[in-house]
Amino acid sequence: MSAILPLRLEDVSFAAGGRMIIERATLSLEPGPSTIILGANGAGKSVLMRLMHGLLAPSSGRVAWSGDGARRRQAMVFQRPVMLRRSALANVTYALAAAGVRAAERERLGHEALDEVGLGHIAQRPARVLSGGEQQRLALARAWALHPEVLFLDEPTASLDPGATREIETIIKAFDAAGTKIVMSTHSLGQARRLGDEVIYLHQGRVVERAPIDRFFPHPASPEAAAFVKGELPWA
Amino acid sequence: MLDALFSGLQLVATLDLQLWQIVALSLAVSLSAVALASMLGLPLGAAIAVGRFPGRQAVIVVLNALMGLPPVVVGLVIYLLLSRAGPLGAFGLLFTPKAMVIAQTVLVLPIVAALARQSVEDAWREYEEQLRSLGVEGARAALTVLWDIRFSLLTAVLAGLGRASAEVGAVMIVGGNIDGVTRVMTTTIALETSKGDLPLALGLGMVLIAIVLALNAGAHLIKEAAQRRYG
Repeated sequence: MSAILPLRLEDVSFAAGGRMIIERATLSLEPGPSTIILGANGAGKSVLMRLMHGLLAPSSGRVAWSGDGARRRQAMVFQRPVMLRRSALANVTYALAAAGVRAAERERLGHEALDEVGLGHIAQRPARVLSGGEQQRLALARAWALHPEVLFLDEPTASLDPGATREIETIIKAFDAAGTKIVMSTHSLGQARRLGDEVIYLHQGRVVERAPIDRFFPHPASPEAAAFVKGELPWA
Repeated sequence: MLDALFSGLQLVATLDLQLWQIVALSLAVSLSAVALASMLGLPLGAAIAVGRFPGRQAVIVVLNALMGLPPVVVGLVIYLLLSRAGPLGAFGLLFTPKAMVIAQTVLVLPIVAALARQSVEDAWREYEEQLRSLGVEGARAALTVLWDIRFSLLTAVLAGLGRASAEVGAVMIVGGNIDGVTRVMTTTIALETSKGDLPLALGLGMVLIAIVLALNAGAHLIKEAAQRRYG
């Protein structure tokens, strides 16, 4: 099976309601380094990831995966997990069924994934009554079961407390260690440093900078990124 | 007055044949109407919820407005359609229970469809991206969402049943309130009250209120249990 990476965005723009949300983004995502998409609220991080994942179609330009069957070999975890009204385990096996995994295999793979995120003991609990942190871990278990080549995470810890955030970050590192390419948006500089290898910095819908983590934070090249890193107000 | 109330209770308690025949016909008519209205209304509501077509907003406004359709007007229109000179007169349905089922179906359909539309639209807004991310689309996505909100849809159906069993205008006009043939609870209450036969009217009134109460309690309990069980 050939790899679906690199993913190439060629001159990708996205407009909605007469406003440019993403403007002429050209970039390539390689297998390996964890990529952090950084930027202020409204910079277009979520939209850029949805364009990559195929949930949105670009207004112009092209999003091209390298291999066949890319649709099924990527997964996305959203800021707010969406769980079906059934057990935690059934939410994972539903995703496996959708991915075409044989019925006999689903339960075992589902339990494996739940154990991986530390939810093995509540497999039979209804997913919707779990806490926010547990639901997000369940969303990660759902992705884990699919063994995606690429995992998109859209501010996965934005509405979680520090404890739950740490749990999520540990699981994300496990994905990375298992060879899954991480593409994550965040507006937390600390999280970017902890999880990222490289940064794509977005400002008002434009990719203004891309750099390895250890160069980006001490020496951001663009004035916009420099202001963001220093915590300056963009209009001051 | 108290005597009448007591006699009414007695009719209910002693399983008075005439009273229970009327109750049975009422339930048969309303349940048939709600079954028909649900078969049409649930898919219709779901289709409007996820469909994108010109005039969609207008359709939603009209559908919501039709929830408050006056039963006598529905009765009148169905009467005209089914009357001997009307376009459907040849079927000879006027003043039969079938005509009453048709009238109540028309009355209930907008309620079921409008409530289903709202539930499906809310759920779809929440689930769409996640399902597409999992590669679930089309009929499979629709079934997943409908199954997930099945208790909300049941509430919509029960609301329709409450409306059907409590209305009087439509069945009165198209059924004709014929003794032993098309006489249901609400029409009997109207007739007996004007005749001064209060015990039967009160007895039926008690049964009717008990049914409506039971329906609402049932809807509430199902919703509560589902909320606890599935979140």
